[in-house]
Amino acid sequence: MSAVRVYFHNIWLAVSTVAIGMNITFKHLFVPAVTLQYPDVKLKLPERARNRLYVNIDDCIGCDQCAMACPVDCIVIETIKSTPDQDLGTTSTGHKKRLHIPRFDIDIAKCCYCGLCVPPCPTECIVMTDVFEFSEFDRQNLIYNFSIMTPGDIAVAKEKLKKAEEEAAAKKAAAAAAAAAKASAAAQPVPPAGTPAPSPKPEASSVDPNAQAGTSTANPGEPPEKS
Amino acid sequence: MDALQNLGVWGPILIAVILCALPIIFILLYALVTLYLEMKVAAHMQDRLAYMRTGWHGTLQPFADILKLLQKEDTISSEADRKLFILAPYVVFIGTYAGFAAIPFSSMYIGSNIDLGAFFIVAVSSLVVIGILMGGWASNNKWSIFGAMRSAAQMVSYEIPTALAILIAVMITGSLNLQEVTKFQEGGIQNWVVFGGTLPLTQKLLLLPFTLVTFLILFTASLAEVNRTPFDLPEAESELVQGFNTEYSGMRFAMFYLAEYANMFLVSAVAVSLFLGGWSSPLGSVMFGPIWGLFWFIAKGMILVFLQIWIRWTLPRLRVDQLMYTSWKVLTPFLFVCIFGVGLILVL
Amino acid sequence: MIETKTLPTRYVTQPGEIKTSSGKTLRTDEMIINMGPQHPSTHGVLRLEIVVDGEIVVDIIPHIGYLHRCFEKHAENMANYQQVIPYVDRMDYVAAMNMEHGYAVAVERLLKIEVPERVEYIRVIMAELQRIASHLIAVGTFGIDAGAFTPFLYAFRDRELILDLFEMTCGARLLYNYIWVGGLSHDLPPQFVDKCKEFCTYFKPRIKQFNDLLTFNEIFVKRTANVGVLPKDVALNYACSGPMLRGSGINWDLRRDDPYSVYNRFEWEPQLGKGEMGTVGDTWDRHIVRMREMEESVKIIEQAVAAIPTGNVQAAIPKRIRPEASEIYARTETPRGELGYYIISDGSGSPFRVKARSPAFVNLSVLPAIARGGMLADLVLVAGSVDIVLGEVDR
Repeated sequence: MSAVRVYFHNIWLAVSTVAIGMNITFKHLFVPAVTLQYPDVKLKLPERARNRLYVNIDDCIGCDQCAMACPVDCIVIETIKSTPDQDLGTTSTGHKKRLHIPRFDIDIAKCCYCGLCVPPCPTECIVMTDVFEFSEFDRQNLIYNFSIMTPGDIAVAKEKLKKAEEEAAAKKAAAAAAAAAKASAAAQPVPPAGTPAPSPKPEASSVDPNAQAGTSTANPGEPPEKS
Repeated sequence: MDALQNLGVWGPILIAVILCALPIIFILLYALVTLYLEMKVAAHMQDRLAYMRTGWHGTLQPFADILKLLQKEDTISSEADRKLFILAPYVVFIGTYAGFAAIPFSSMYIGSNIDLGAFFIVAVSSLVVIGILMGGWASNNKWSIFGAMRSAAQMVSYEIPTALAILIAVMITGSLNLQEVTKFQEGGIQNWVVFGGTLPLTQKLLLLPFTLVTFLILFTASLAEVNRTPFDLPEAESELVQGFNTEYSGMRFAMFYLAEYANMFLVSAVAVSLFLGGWSSPLGSVMFGPIWGLFWFIAKGMILVFLQIWIRWTLPRLRVDQLMYTSWKVLTPFLFVCIFGVGLILVL
Repeated sequence: MIETKTLPTRYVTQPGEIKTSSGKTLRTDEMIINMGPQHPSTHGVLRLEIVVDGEIVVDIIPHIGYLHRCFEKHAENMANYQQVIPYVDRMDYVAAMNMEHGYAVAVERLLKIEVPERVEYIRVIMAELQRIASHLIAVGTFGIDAGAFTPFLYAFRDRELILDLFEMTCGARLLYNYIWVGGLSHDLPPQFVDKCKEFCTYFKPRIKQFNDLLTFNEIFVKRTANVGVLPKDVALNYACSGPMLRGSGINWDLRRDDPYSVYNRFEWEPQLGKGEMGTVGDTWDRHIVRMREMEESVKIIEQAVAAIPTGNVQAAIPKRIRPEASEIYARTETPRGELGYYIISDGSGSPFRVKARSPAFVNLSVLPAIARGGMLADLVLVAGSVDIVLGEVDR
């Protein structure tokens, strides 16, 4: 096209496309707004919504699967083995509870809401709820303590475990001595005495080393009694 | 009035002060309304609600904005040129405000009934360019200088189409005095200059394409005068943060903002007076009178302001060289053709 | 050979000289402007150091790293391969499904496992929905860079509907952790298929409306045509990919040319820039390639939704991911280009090295070559048309 035709064509294009654009925005003046006036009107979240974590501590068997699955290590669980004479009950899914849980902390500020902790739980006690309004003024309040054991309960449980372990160790020692006496008579190699009873969750080392490195649990003493 | 005359030399001064104060009051009220209108219109064009919580549907928001701006800390960077920095917003506002003197708000009120009305307005609104340059330079900020330079080039080059379009209206009506021009268009919508003015029918039909095109060009050039999209390169938010406004905060920024809105109404008022019949009623003698005149004038002005807001939220912005191209190579030649055509038709 | 001008650490003026009519000479200097990490239009924390001569850009030096979050280091410390997926999401947070898809494809190739058909179909649907969502952000923010504020909001309105679909399926709106190695975390909810079809019918006229408002607007065309032209050889030499490459006319799309998943079962065409409004490879071409890719994605989604087979989406998820000591590089097509994962496994359960080849990082490197010589106003548009996400550039 010659330059003059191009010139007029451009002007015509400019005017016509501007008019089309203005037509679109004018029509949108009469489209009702899509804004929801939060907080007066709240949207109902779908059932699979992944927001704040909740732990039903009555159903927790202390298996630590959720803590191991967490990619940012925001769950800290400590357990104390229970002795055979204690009956901790069963969960709603039928699992027998064998561990006391003195500490079940979730640092919800660290949580990345990935939901990786939910599938491994055998009793489905950790779930992601649809609560998303949980801001706090103090960052320490974002560490949720789900455990319901009081310091008295914890002391009692530790006592019982210590006693049971001492009794078991004494029994083992006595049995080993008797076996050693018998075996030295038969000149057999004796098994070393005092093999410590293997406990799945020894209380001394159940503190997750990763938790010390990165958590915001700067409180030196007892965690606050808020949940 | 007699009591005022008896005050001797103070009488005319008091009258002058009152006449000066009226446009300021109008500008302040109008700015509040337009702030709200702009936000709401923009929001509804984008399928959303704007302010809803301050007052009913956000009607008190402009007050809240002004209160906030009043309370802000007045920061002037240490490297800035203090005198120019402080003076710039006032110069910009004066450039706009002085133009309000020659606008006929109604048949009974015009600030100063000078015979050079339109010419005076065009001349005085060039002060805005000086103010913007001062603001950009005195901020000691590279982005501000960019904005100020672009703005100066833009405003100077768009004064040509504005002046030529005004010239065409003056040719048809025969006077630069805006009050006379408006009186010329009394009697109904068919007498408006944009539809050919009060001329015999054949001449009007011949004039019609020229006047319509002239009105469109005047509107476009006035968008550029006010620095609004698609010509808002001086304050291109996504490029220059805020252009020449970057270093201004608080009440000084409010002054720039107020000046921009006042300028919007000023150019709309000029277009309305020259082309759309000013304060005269479009229905002829129905709803006619001084108070009705005020209503019609403000209504027409607000319609043009709404048009400016509508265009702002629809179109992207032009680049500096495209802006210049539009002014010098598109608008001005078209206006030359229109001047020639209108002149020919008026003579024949 | 593409020459890149290196700027010495001290600013050295390169004065030009103007002779005035009275015989004096005036010196002109170049100015260094910083489009700093905080800027309304650098799409994130990107610092562009620009040397300008008046309005003409003489050189650009991008500085990145403001959003570096040690993704690759984190990946080495994870206990297993599945735990890396939340981190992979967060690299390119506007196209998270595509990042997960790429990672899953890479690890599945490493393990040499096959996933069920249903899983593949659902992954394709999710990836294409995410492609539409990401392109909506790209074109919306591109409009804002050009000064048009309204199309951005229309684009985000449509994106909300896509995010609602995602939230219905996996519970999250932006960072999904949905595509797992060997399967998916959840199966589709029962109302997903209908809502997806509803979205497709709703969305097609919206693309047309967006085009009417922005793409074919003469002012926008004049701003973007012949600006930031990326010639074919430059694009290939700089290893650009995605819409950058296709906008320059090169017909290369990994979904067709290096097939993964079930893309080869659907009828769709990669879109190329043809220089309709200016030169081939200008910013308008890249923009129209993105708009047309959205239409193609809708086509793919409709075909996939109509043909999803039944099955168990979690059947092939391995209990223990322990690949043999080997390495793999697997690439997929994200909205920004070729995303590659180079994974080295040392035979244990956690990865030894996960390197992500991010498309935005490579595409960004071409910015100095195409924006030099243009104007400052054009630089903003060119940077917007590269469509970078700093999370991916910095990882």
